[in-house]
Parts: sequence; C-alpha cells; structure tokens
Amino acid sequence: MSRILLGAWVAGFALLLSGVEVLAAQGQTVTRVGNLTGNAAAGKQDYRRYCVGCHGPAGDGTGENAPWIDPKPRDFTAAVFKCRSTPTGSLPTDDDLYQSVSRGFVTTNMPPWLALTRQTRVDLVAYIKTFSPKWQTERPGTPIAIPAETPATPESILHGRQLFQKMECWKCHGAAGHGDGPSASTLTDSKDNPIRPYNFASGSRFKCGETNQDLYRIFMTGLDGTPMPSFSDQIRPGDAWDLVHFLRTMQPLPTHELAVWNAWLPAHAGQLKPLGPVEGQ
Amino acid sequence: MSRKLVSSLALLAAGTSATIALGHPAKNAGAISGHVTFTGTPPKMRPIDMAKEPSCAKQHATPIMTESVVAGPDNALANVVVYISAGDKSAGPATEAVRYDQKGCEYVPHVAVLQVGQPLEIYNNDQTSHNIHPLAKVNPEWNKSQPPGAPPIKASYTKPEFIAVKCNVHPWMHGNFAVLTTPHHALTGQDGTFSLDGLPPGKYTVTAWHERFGTQTQDVTVGGAKPATADFVMKATPY
Repeated sequence: MSRILLGAWVAGFALLLSGVEVLAAQGQTVTRVGNLTGNAAAGKQDYRRYCVGCHGPAGDGTGENAPWIDPKPRDFTAAVFKCRSTPTGSLPTDDDLYQSVSRGFVTTNMPPWLALTRQTRVDLVAYIKTFSPKWQTERPGTPIAIPAETPATPESILHGRQLFQKMECWKCHGAAGHGDGPSASTLTDSKDNPIRPYNFASGSRFKCGETNQDLYRIFMTGLDGTPMPSFSDQIRPGDAWDLVHFLRTMQPLPTHELAVWNAWLPAHAGQLKPLGPVEGQ
Repeated sequence: MSRKLVSSLALLAAGTSATIALGHPAKNAGAISGHVTFTGTPPKMRPIDMAKEPSCAKQHATPIMTESVVAGPDNALANVVVYISAGDKSAGPATEAVRYDQKGCEYVPHVAVLQVGQPLEIYNNDQTSHNIHPLAKVNPEWNKSQPPGAPPIKASYTKPEFIAVKCNVHPWMHGNFAVLTTPHHALTGQDGTFSLDGLPPGKYTVTAWHERFGTQTQDVTVGGAKPATADFVMKATPY
C-alpha cells in the first residue's frame, strides 16, 4: 500500500519536473525587447500585412515580390542573420532583430518600420522566430564586448590603415575602399546570389547601423550569410577602434576622423606606403 | 578490486582467443573493404587560374585542377566518404583533432572527415588571408578571417552533416567537411579503395557519399565465412 503511495508521489514529482521543463523550453523562445514581450500570434497578423509580399508566407524569402528584388529578402527558415551583436555562427539577440526591423536595410528594398508601434515590431520579431526550429534548440549568442572608444588620433588612424592592409580588407573593398578589390567581382552570398562589398566612397550608412560602435560590431562579428567574415579572433579590441577610425576616413562624410586625418596628411603623405597588392608577392 | 581485475583478464583472454579462432583468413575479418568506381561521363576538371593571387600561383609549377570529381585509373573515384551509417554500436567521438590545411590556395585534404564533437583545426599555410566559410545548414553557419601566420581556427560540430566549405576571397577554393556520428569511416584515394576496420561481427549499413554523385548504401554482414566487401558504382553526370 505504502509502496503504491510512494509510486504515486514519484510519478507526481516527475510530472511536476516535466512541467517545469516545458516551461523552461518555452522560456527560451520568449521574445523580449526592453520591457515589451512579443506575441507571435499577433505578429503573424502583422507579418501577413506588412512582410509577406517579400519574405513569403513560409518566411523563406520567396514572396511574390522576391524575383524583382536584389539583394534577396531574408530567408527566416535558415536563421542566418547579417546584423548581430553576437559572434559569427550564433543566433542574434531579440534586440538585434528588433533593431533590424526598425532600422531597415539601407540601399535595399527593406524599409525602416519605425512607423509601426514598438509592440508591433516586437510581435513581428516573435513571429519570424517561429520559422526555424533553431530558435527552439539554440540560444542566442552572448553579445561581443565593446570597450570604450579610444581617441581618433593620427596614430590610431595610421594603425588602422596598417590593419586594413594586413587583414587584406582591400581584397574585396578595394585599396581606396570603393568596393572594387580583386575579389569583388566574384563574391556570392550563401545562396549563391552575387553580392557587392560595401563602397566606402558612397558615404551611405551601413546596413547594420551608422555609429562607430555599429562599424566596430560589423567587422568583429561578420555579416553571416555573406562573404564578410568575422575578425574577432584576429583583431584585438583596442586595435579594432583604430580600424574603425581609419575606415571613417574613407567615407566622404564630415566626420571627426576625416578632419584629424586631413590635418595630419599633407605633412606626412610621403611616408605612407600604398595600400593593396604588394609587389613581388 | 580483485574481481574487476579478474573479469578484465577474462575479457582480455576472450578477445585473444577470438582473434586466434578467426585465425588464418582473418587479415580482413572485422573489416569491410571495397572499391568505388563510376560509370558514365564525369564533368571535365579545369585548370584554376590563380593570377589574382600571385603568392599562391607561384607555388604551383603547373596550374592545379578543380577537384569536385577526382578520378583514378579504371574509373576509380577519389574523395568518396565511406562510413557505417547504421549498426555501429561504438560510442563517443575521437578526441584527436582533425587537421585541415589551406596551402597554395587549396584545401588539403579536399574532404575533412570528422565525428560529431571531434575537434577540427584549420591552418593557413599561405602568405595571404583566407576566410573559412563552411556553408552549414543544420549546424551553425560561421565565417572567419584567417590572415597569414594566424593560429589555427578551432571548431567542432554538434550534428552530422556534409558541409561545403568555401573561401570567398579565392572563389576557386572549394572543400568539404563530412561530420559523422561513427568513428568507422574512410576517404577513398586515387585508387578508389577503402577499408573500414575494427568492426565487431554484426550487420551494418555502409554509405558512400560523393559531393557531385550523391550517396549510395549497402547492407553488409561482418563475421561470415568470407571477408566483408562492399563495392560502389556511382553514376556520373557531366553537369
């Protein structure tokens, strides 16, 4: 009798545990941005209204507009995202996705969705996470640490310029940053669609943001699904700011970095080695 | 303690006697060996123009050829991954790292075969930056830069998958990672032969995978009177 009772207790306890497990599993897919919680069911309604035309009913990027769009709409079933604060190969945070929806992708067909309420955008993020099972089995990566920005001195810019040469950024982005390096013409994304490297001379915002922190994040985490690799194993955090400062001088924008560089350059131009292929290699 | 010792001694003795019992014909007992060939017309491999990467071009006296189909004499097929896909009871991944080299803007070997959880180390032996971009779909897709002289990139995968690997900077570079659950695997060379060793008697499914010609499977029994063999004939298509 008491053995039966004990059995019932054990069974009950196991049931309780499995219930906790279910809750924990659901907890992984809860979408939270700031103080808002996403509602995937509500997001589905909004998706059907605003997103389905390009991203398609199955979220695979094959909506009715997709054949006429370049770059192609994101395929959410692959769960691979360009703009992340997390290391290459990991899922982005909810906030990364929320920022992407809000910001849109400049120079593409994806507009900013700032006109939607914050709650609607969080609901959309919750819904697009239902298109891939990876959101059930994996957790988003831990955002990379970004130290405080160092001063944009001529030395910093000069060191960034050396990194640009050493890391061979010019192979794709070109010696002057025009997006015309020797490998540029053959680049394809992970779906074999042709893709262009960023042209710094265009002066346009970056797809993944416009601040120096965004620029830091772009080359350190890489843009997954594109040829742009992660450099976080190769460039030390302090040095990464130097590269940020140099990259800013390649843009025809009234930045602090360009002003510092232009003040320094006339007296020192003769000391600079040209960027790009090295003779004899 | 002593009981443990006795039982392990007994096991050892049993193992030894089994080996002796299998005795004479048994050079390949406990193994599945075979040969992979193809029929039909394979695509023509083309010389690779590395003019855009002089530091690599000068490492090759004559241009190297593309490697998506490497054939040997008598239609032997190289770079085929042959492995036990069912019936394997051995557990746990190998712990020694699998080495994958980038040398002369080429992946060596063309196919890295590794187990789920087994460490993979990727080396850049060149005087140029590579980016290693394994196009995983089931596993995470990552993409990392590796300048000359950088330490090896360490990775491992948690799910079995055949993953195409490319370098976006050098678009001719193509390779593969074959991530398997079994430790019993082989990669065919130019002669197309393979041998899967160390298999206890039993029924197995053997799978052969080639990046262009797909997969084939065969059921094979190890432990019969004859040595276990499995020959595969892949159907080549020119495109």
